[in-house]
Amino acid sequence: MTEIVFFVFAGLAVAGAIGVVGSRNPVHSALFLVLTLVSVAVFFLQENAALLAAVQIIVYASAIVVLFLFVIMLLGVDREEALDDPVRLQRPAALVLGALLVAQVIYLAGHDWATGAKTARGVPLKGGVPAGGGSFGTNIQRVARVLFTDFLWPFEITAVLLVIAVVGAVVLARRSGQRADTPEGETVP
Amino acid sequence: MSLGALIVTDSYYLVLAAVLFTIGAVGLLVRRNVIVMFMCVELMLNAVNLTFVAFAHSMNDAAGQVIVFFTLVVAAAEVAIGLAIIVAIFRRRKGATADDVQALKG
Repeated sequence: MTEIVFFVFAGLAVAGAIGVVGSRNPVHSALFLVLTLVSVAVFFLQENAALLAAVQIIVYASAIVVLFLFVIMLLGVDREEALDDPVRLQRPAALVLGALLVAQVIYLAGHDWATGAKTARGVPLKGGVPAGGGSFGTNIQRVARVLFTDFLWPFEITAVLLVIAVVGAVVLARRSGQRADTPEGETVP
Repeated sequence: MSLGALIVTDSYYLVLAAVLFTIGAVGLLVRRNVIVMFMCVELMLNAVNLTFVAFAHSMNDAAGQVIVFFTLVVAAAEVAIGLAIIVAIFRRRKGATADDVQALKG
């Protein structure tokens, strides 16, 4: 069962990713992106990360994709885009470099001298498992315990980061931000 | 339906994440529309998230999942800022492709 789910959703994820890259219409790209994101959420469920699967659906597949679609509609860039090559040989070079990249990453993932995956496999690190053995409970309890103990300081910093992002987005999207090149009194269309 | 002795291990997830990351990287190189390039960046971030979760599973350590949380926060902030920049560029130049933004070209 696990194998069937993996291969079905792996195919869907890769198909969605290729759809994102290959669609002429940006709206279709955004919808293919939803396919890939939901497939990755299914993988999170399979890897015992139920909380992350829910967050992935809510934050990525809902909020971020809706933001993408909103900007596409707002700017009216949803017309078809010519997929021709403005720079000669750029696309073949990108494909060759991509093949090289996937070969490199798979080679690195299969060798434990690079990742340490095999040597650390089965060895409980700090965070997930209490010192006396046993378990902290469900996935949400484990993640919460690590998040609010070991990672409390980065967690607080993310609040600052989000505030900076909100303020920056407002400043960038404000119409009066164009004052630099429009004289006073002139209305910006 | 039986798939024989095939057992999905965590390395399958790593290979899948590598493939997704590569598709995102190639898309970033190939596409001209800035919004689609942003989607490719999201694709790459998701592939890395999948890697983190796979390692968190194989090493039995919840810290990997916590890192994914921070990645999500950074991705959300990046999308908010990036789309605001795209809107600002589009107001000025009537085009949202990477070729329209070449004021810094030497």
